[in-house]
Amino acid sequence: MDLSYSPDEQAFQAEVRQFLADELPQDIAEKVRLDTDLTKDDMERWHAILNNRGWLAQNWPKAFGGAEWSAVQRHIYDTEAADANAPRIVPFGLSMLGPVLQKFGSKEQQDYWLPRILDGTDWWCQGYSEPGAGSDLASLKTKAVRDGDHYIVNGQKTWTTLGQFANMIFCLVRTDPDAKQQEGISFLLIDMDTPGVEVRPIILLDCTHEVNEVWFTDVKVPASNLVGEENKGWTYAKYLLTHERTGLGGVGFSQAALKTVKRIAKAANHNGKPLIESPHFAARVAQVEIDLRAMATTNLRIISQAAAGEAPGLEASMLKVKGSIIRQEINDLARRAVGPYAMPFASEAVEGANDRIPDPLDAGPVAGQYFNNRKLSIFGGSNEIQRGIIAKVTMSGGA
Amino acid sequence: MDFNLTEERQMLQDTLRRYLREQYDTARRNKILESETGFSPEIWTELAELGVLGALFTEDQGGFGGAGFDIAVVFEELGRAGVVEPVLDSALLGGRLLAAAGKTDMVEQVIGGALHLAVAHGEPDSRYDLDHVSTTATDNTLTGRKAVVMNAEAADHLIVSAKDGDSIALYLVDKGAAGLDIQGYPLLAGGRAAEVTLEGTPGEPLGLTLSDYEAANRLALIAQCAEALGAMETATALTKDYLMTRKQFGRPIGTFQALAHRMSDLLIELEQARSAVINAAGYAGGKDADLHLSASKNLIGRIGRLVAEEAIQMHGGIAMTQEYELAHIAKRVVMADHRFGDTDYHLERFIALSAA
Repeated sequence: MDLSYSPDEQAFQAEVRQFLADELPQDIAEKVRLDTDLTKDDMERWHAILNNRGWLAQNWPKAFGGAEWSAVQRHIYDTEAADANAPRIVPFGLSMLGPVLQKFGSKEQQDYWLPRILDGTDWWCQGYSEPGAGSDLASLKTKAVRDGDHYIVNGQKTWTTLGQFANMIFCLVRTDPDAKQQEGISFLLIDMDTPGVEVRPIILLDCTHEVNEVWFTDVKVPASNLVGEENKGWTYAKYLLTHERTGLGGVGFSQAALKTVKRIAKAANHNGKPLIESPHFAARVAQVEIDLRAMATTNLRIISQAAAGEAPGLEASMLKVKGSIIRQEINDLARRAVGPYAMPFASEAVEGANDRIPDPLDAGPVAGQYFNNRKLSIFGGSNEIQRGIIAKVTMSGGA
Repeated sequence: MDFNLTEERQMLQDTLRRYLREQYDTARRNKILESETGFSPEIWTELAELGVLGALFTEDQGGFGGAGFDIAVVFEELGRAGVVEPVLDSALLGGRLLAAAGKTDMVEQVIGGALHLAVAHGEPDSRYDLDHVSTTATDNTLTGRKAVVMNAEAADHLIVSAKDGDSIALYLVDKGAAGLDIQGYPLLAGGRAAEVTLEGTPGEPLGLTLSDYEAANRLALIAQCAEALGAMETATALTKDYLMTRKQFGRPIGTFQALAHRMSDLLIELEQARSAVINAAGYAGGKDADLHLSASKNLIGRIGRLVAEEAIQMHGGIAMTQEYELAHIAKRVVMADHRFGDTDYHLERFIALSAA
């Protein structure tokens, strides 16, 4: 048992830190610090900087142009990036579709699509959830009917994150209506410029536009855009969901957010003293920090297992539940720390709103973030679904 | 002991509930939320006509209510419908301060819906402390900055606290007064507020001190607790309906025990919240008023967070969208914790008052 990084890992950490200090554009970091919405250009700029260094596709094998980092290296990057207020890497092409194509795609698909993910030619989004099929994904209804060299797709996807920026969407579609729920689903790549595809914005409760509905009406998709075999999409989706879930502990984000809470609580006045000296507030901050320290180690233990080749299953669910609870608690502390200044609403999305809340604590829209991050326990398989998985695996001998 | 409303209060509740159910739906409110002033003049006039504003004042003051339970009845209904009109700040807090100052004519205008007020007390670093005032008054001219002043842009007059020597006094400031600057912005849960700067701004002394402000603040605490309770009632009702209609894995999700038990917990806590509001309204005139009010505000803050978060979680994604009623209601509930002292503030005050 040794909790310290190896000399190589320490050197890597220093390298990442230096890179972020040198290359992360200050205007982007400032937006991330204040939780201002990033533009498409901001995200593309950061991706290009990472790609230039060969650090964009961190989990891809070198053969596909990836960095092929170890799990520990990825953890080091995540922690350093959050600390430096670097934007998160948009995961749809890089963390989700990429690994699926590498494992299940044809040689032609790999050669065509993977380089386009790296150089930013394609912006991917994910077409999984449907209005009637949220966490119960297998009940999805969007259907694709084979017609010669094409599929004809009809249906509706929802909660499509950053779909407004995307030109491509990977979808789960029903190709065999008679099969049992999880069978009869296929994995299809759809060009969003195809006639019949329509993107409609969903405005979230903090007035942000990050998710969308995507509607398909008689959309003609080349059969060559089918990944793997027809009716085997559920297998690929499950593989992808595992990749999606491993990052959801969000340790780096929580550490950065906790730092912000402490900064605000030191500056905020409470009965003539800094808020952080209030025993009640200080106790709550300490409590969540203690939880976070333990979870950081839980996270590293799971990462080490993954590095040893064991697939994270149950552990990913545990991390997702605990990670979301911790991060939401920190968001709650942040809004409380700000006091009355948590009430103003500032967003470029609303006409007439100030760009910045006139808040002497310079805290950013912490209340909006508190509400927005309620999503952490809902999306990617809600915490109820995760608890169900944990119970099923531990108490009935198999998922 | 009698936990029933008086006939008059029951009528007030029925009338207001029916009016808001018919007139104040999500679509109408969303229009109001985007309006320049942050509230609807028509709704305001109709609230006055229904006697809702008059119910916040005693007969001596020209109203026909004014007790803790009158205030609680009104604000529970406003909360239930997620009303964003500044009844609390403009009519109750502002109006009762003017009443205390003997401004009978102006109070009459408030009750009639013709006069709008804003109360400028908090400052950028005062947080929830009532006695932290840096704005100064010299020969009745005021200089300083006031933070997150509700309804400041729409107000005809501002009631401003300032330090005259060592004591805190309240002044009436005309909206067109010299040296008065108002920078407005919308609020996350609806309505508008502003940063108010005064620079040698003339103010009329109201003859009121900090203890008068504290008396009005007690009424505001009752109102805020009751409003949050009303909003929580809507949040739990929406959640209960959703659990019985939304199907996943082939059956209504409310039939899953994990969710059914959590819903039951919400209903238990909702009754606690109701009792806390009754305590606030019933004891606010007594000798331990502040102890009771802190107990109620702390409990409402804690349960409010639970109800808002659980209601959203049990709904799932739909509750995260702006167009669904619960989104607004949940914001009202949580943001209530940021007014007149939050959960922690009142916990500490309760401890201090209990020890005294």
